[in-house]
This record gives sequence, structure tokens and C-alpha cells, in this order.
Amino acid sequence: MTTGSKLSLHVPEPDWRPGDTPDFSNVQVPKAGSVRRPEVDEDPEAMRDLAYTIIRVLDRKGRAVGPWAGSLPDEALLTGLRHMMTLRIYDARMMMAQRQGKTSFYMQHLGEEAISCAFQMSLAKGDMNFPTYRQAGLLVAAGYPLTKMMCQVYSNDGDPVRGRQLPVFYSSKEHGFFSISGNLATQYIQAVGWAMASAIRQDDKIAAAWIGDGSTAESDFHAGLVFASTYRAPVVLNIVNNQWAISTFQGIARGGSGTFAARGHGFGLPALRVDGNDYLAVHAVAQWAVERARRNLGPTLVEYVTYRAGGHSTSDDPSAYRPKEESAAWPLGDPILRLKAHLIEKGLWSEDRHTQTEAEITETVVAAQKEAEAIGTLHDGRRPSPRDMFEDVYATMPPHLRRQRQEAGF
Amino acid sequence: MANMTMIEAVQNALDIMMDRDPSVVVFGEDVGYFGGVFRCTAGLQKKYGRTRCFDTPISELGIVGAGIGMAAAGMKPCVELQFADYMYPAYDQIVSEAARLRYRSAGEFTCPMVVRMPTGGGIFGAQTHSQSPEALFTHVTGLKTVIPSTPEDARGLLMAAIDDPDPVIFLEPKRLYNGPFDGHHERPVVSWKKHDLGAVADDATAIPIGKARIMRLGNEVTVLAYGTMVHVALTAAEETGIDAEIIDLRTLLPLDTETVFGSVRRTGRCVIIHEATLTCGYGAELAALVQEQCFYHLEAPIQRVAGWDTPYPHAQEWFYFPGPKRVGEALRATVEAI
Repeated sequence: MTTGSKLSLHVPEPDWRPGDTPDFSNVQVPKAGSVRRPEVDEDPEAMRDLAYTIIRVLDRKGRAVGPWAGSLPDEALLTGLRHMMTLRIYDARMMMAQRQGKTSFYMQHLGEEAISCAFQMSLAKGDMNFPTYRQAGLLVAAGYPLTKMMCQVYSNDGDPVRGRQLPVFYSSKEHGFFSISGNLATQYIQAVGWAMASAIRQDDKIAAAWIGDGSTAESDFHAGLVFASTYRAPVVLNIVNNQWAISTFQGIARGGSGTFAARGHGFGLPALRVDGNDYLAVHAVAQWAVERARRNLGPTLVEYVTYRAGGHSTSDDPSAYRPKEESAAWPLGDPILRLKAHLIEKGLWSEDRHTQTEAEITETVVAAQKEAEAIGTLHDGRRPSPRDMFEDVYATMPPHLRRQRQEAGF
Repeated sequence: MANMTMIEAVQNALDIMMDRDPSVVVFGEDVGYFGGVFRCTAGLQKKYGRTRCFDTPISELGIVGAGIGMAAAGMKPCVELQFADYMYPAYDQIVSEAARLRYRSAGEFTCPMVVRMPTGGGIFGAQTHSQSPEALFTHVTGLKTVIPSTPEDARGLLMAAIDDPDPVIFLEPKRLYNGPFDGHHERPVVSWKKHDLGAVADDATAIPIGKARIMRLGNEVTVLAYGTMVHVALTAAEETGIDAEIIDLRTLLPLDTETVFGSVRRTGRCVIIHEATLTCGYGAELAALVQEQCFYHLEAPIQRVAGWDTPYPHAQEWFYFPGPKRVGEALRATVEAI
């Protein structure tokens, strides 16, 4: 029997494009403090609701409210603000350096600073992040030297990875930051493997996997969830939903699923959705998931709802695919301004101190930049030797590579 | 001296290395309780426990990806992909991740992992259980690619592979698991238990990666082969009466060029054999290297005998497989040229 009707293909489109007026009034933002905080050992089946809401701590008046508040002491909040400000100022300088031709490429965090900066504060020494290219806050918050980061961006002679990687593809075992791959999502399952190793050895270290909304469509994400679920690996599975994968809106990767967090339900994982622009909420949820992993209770899937306020990288212009006003209309605000307001509300901070701190950080970042540039930039100064290009392909250079290095004249 | 099958030799190598080093872990599809579809991991779970040898979900990407994470954490995973034909979902993890990790992190993170996989045809496995994808690995810098042809080599090379600080692709010619198949499919294969080449030393030792072995000394022509084709070449030489020098490469990358070039310079003739498809196969690299380095010693064109450039067929398996007849013809043509 046929109905006589023709089929049609559904291709999702964002609600607005350049020229349209963005309107986020249909995005449901729960009141700060309104979402419950389960015990870390609660049955994942009993907390399915947490994948369809947004855990928030900071309210409109800058107050920390509800069951997720209070995970950090005042001193740590001031440090957190400083980390986010440092990352933003660092990004601005490196964006400019790229425009000045000092490096080939750059990727900034604008609007997403809270996620990596706050997450790092929940980890312990020896834990390992498997980051993407937009989690440099993990390094900043772990105290990694800014000059070294810049040397990597410049691919100069001080670059710890010897000029072999694209800018921002940092690596630091000591700081719990796994070498970044440009092949998206590959690191997700690796983080699970790292965590499995820790469990096999009966160690107490945990891993953190990172992925963007767009890359959750890769098979590696699925494999990561399967393995994490099967072996109850001590890993926090992070999804940074910043709404955009270059020019593709998150609906293309998400499809008919309600939220990215809800993908965890099929694997029996606790899945939490959190306001990614709320430093306190990010930290509280991260701490909850880290504790769960550390207590051998298994993996947690966390979706950070945020907004990529800048372009994907220095190679794209967002005004070509989304309204310019969209960023300002985004309902979750700016992470730095929100934490700042909270600290002012608590009497720990002031506009003056903020301005002064901004100047201080700028001075520090500029000094680090001068130091890095004194070594070199992509096209000037001291750069890694071409001879070095042949190193580290293998632990011991095999004869054919030795011959090629000779032929190349190094 | 005792005899072992190649399956027992692989199992023995894993057993020895797991016993020696608690960081060696073995996992893959069906490798745990059941001991692997080819039995290469039999008994390991019972002996070392479920966290050292375990079953995985059917996800080659997951097996290799998790292995990379474990290796980066300082363990020595030796993973099994059930058939080389199933490695494609893991290829991105192997090429973009395992092979590059040392380089991209300037030695900060490394990947001392072994990926074992049964390779080659001759078992009526058709296109999804017969492929020889070695050239897809030898083309990837950062990997080492090893393929044994005897039980002793399988054991010794696997021990060396597990000890290696870099990722090693360990190809096991599945047609050789039980005996030295020589391409005469119409005859029963002799078991390794009753064959001279099935002997293994009482004292298991690693065999260095990167060293070829001369399987048969000869003066008229050099044959470059590996895996199952080593035994096909030995038979073809026997049957044609040609005084061929047969080299088992054992490691495809890094290649033992010294042994290869030394032999070709002496015989002046070269035949290259592999089961994988011809075009852009590993034989193309061998032919290029030999002509670059031995050109003035060559007395005849280099010949290649390989699988036809078709998918591996089912019913037509023995028309596809480069058996002793085709190899013998190539030997004769090379020796008789000019």
C-alpha cells in the first residue's frame, strides 16, 4: 500500500542567519540554584533529569545560590578570576600577533574561559586532561609559564614541541595536559584508555576527556562512551557545547537528541548539563564528577553550555554565517563579568581593583611576549633547526631516516 | 628444542612478556575468557586475571584508541584486531595518533603499543578475512611493521615488539598458524609440530626488529618475500631447481637493506613476492630501492609476483593467490632473461 506522498529530507537550519535578529527567548534557562545536587554515588538512572536542565550557581545579582554553591573558598575565586582574565588578555595578544604575521594561526577562547580554568581547579597533581584546542585555561590554571605557551604559538626555538605542531597545540605531561591532536575526537577514547590504565594499576589518578559539540558526531565519541561505560573507567567525559562548529550550528551534530548530555543515558552514565559561563557552577559540577571518578564510581558525562563569542580560528569570519548580534544576545552572559560581579557583591573585589588587575596582567603578558619574541617568531629569530625535523619520529632514528637527513643537508 | 605451532608461539611470547612485566596488558575481541578466535591468547586471562587480559566491545577504533591512552600512561598494551581486514575503523588512531604521538609531543608522550592482527588469505575468507594491508602501514612513518614466517620468529619478534618503545604493527600470516603452507592447497599442510622450521629454542629470546633472514642460500636470483610467501618461494625454488637465494624480510619497516642489497648485488637478479595487490604494494618500494642501489649489478628486470588488483575473491581464491606455479614462472623468466 502506498500513501502517494513523496518523502522529503530534513536538513536542520539554525533559527537565524546574518541579517536576522537573534532571539534566545525559547532557550530555557533555569533559575540559578534551582537544580538539585545528587549524592555522587546516586544511581545514574535516578538523575536523568540533570541532562535536560542547566545547573547554575550565579544569579542575576551576582549571588552564589543553591545546592551547588560553595565549592570554592574566596581566595580560590579571586585566583579563578585572575586565570580567566589572563587567558583573555593572552588570547588578545596572540590574536594580534597572528594578524601581525608573527605566527600562522591562532584560536581564542573568548566567552569560554570559565570552563577550562575552573575545571583544572578540580583536578589533582598527576591527573591527565586530553584537551582539544580550546582548553588552554587548563594550562593557565595549572601554572604553566606564559612564555612557553607563546614560544609554542610562535614555533620558535623555545617551543617545547620543536616547531612541529600548529599554534595552540600545546603539550605538558607535568601539567596534566596531553599533546593536542588536530584530528578531532581522537583523544576522547584515549582519555578512557588512560583512565583504564590507572584503574588496572590500582592508582588514584583520573583522566578528563574533552570534545566539542560538533565532534561528538565522530565514532571516537561513541567508542569512548562504550569503553568508559563497560569498564567504568575513572574519567570525566566533557562536552563543550559552544553552539558552533566553524560555521555549522550545533543542531547538525545533535540531531533529534534533546541535548548532548542526554547521549550519556544510553550508556547508563550520569549526565549533567551545566552553565559553562558560570565559573562556580563549572567548578562544582567538575568537582562532583572528579570525586565520582576518584571514588571508583565510574565516568560522568558533562555538557557545558556556552557560546563561542569569537571565530572558530583566525581563518574564519563568523559574520558570514551568524548574526553579529548573536553573541550579545546569548542569555548566559560573559564568564569574567559574572564572576567579577559575584566578587564585588561579596565585597571581595571592586571596579578599581579589576582595572588595576587588568593592567597588571597585561604587563605580565606583554613581558612574557617580549621574552618569547626575543627568542623568535615563526619567520624571524631563533627557530628549531631543520635537523630537528627528523628527530622523534622513532625513539632511535632508523637508517632510512638518517640517510634522508643527510640527503636534506642537515 | 621442541616444536610449536605459530599460534602456540604467539601465546608463549605473550605469556612470557606478561609474566616479566606487569605493565603488559592484552585485550581485543574474544581474547579474554575464550582465548581468541585463533586461540593466540588461550589461558592468559586465567593466569593473569581479567584486568590484564580481557574482552572488548567490537570497536577496533576503541581497542586501538584505548591502547594509545594506556601506552601514554606508561603501560605496554598488546592488542589484537581479530582480522587485519577489520583494522580500517582503527586506521585514524593508528596513523594520526599512535604513529605521531612521540613526534608531535617531542618525546614527552610515547606509544609503546603492539597491534597484532592475522593477515593474508588462503582460508576461503573472501574479501573481508583475507587482506594483506601491510603497505598501508609501511607508508606511515612512526610505525614499525613486522611479519614472521616461522613459530620461532613469531615468538622472538613479538617479544621484541612488546619491548619496543614505539608502536609496532605485528602481522600474523593466518595461513601459517598451523603449518608452513607452501601454496599447494590441494595437499594437506604439514603441521609445524612435524616440520623442521617448527622448532623453537627452549630458551625464548627476542629477535631484533629490522633484521632479515636468509632462508635459503643461492646464486642465480634473489627472492624477496615475507609471511606465507616465504614458504611458497622455498617450494617454487625446490620445484624449478633454480638456485634461488630466498630472503625472509621479517621486518618491512625498518627494512634490512644491507641483507637485501648484498644479496641482489651478488646474484644480479631479483624477484619480489607478496600476497597483497600489486599496484602501490610493498613490492613497489622494494623494486624502487633495489634499482636505486643495485642498478649496475642487475642483469635482468626486477619481477614482481603479487595478488591481482582485485578484491580477494572467494570461489576464485586459488586463481588469485600467487602460488608456487606463478612464482616458479617468474623465477625462470628472471633467470633466463638475457
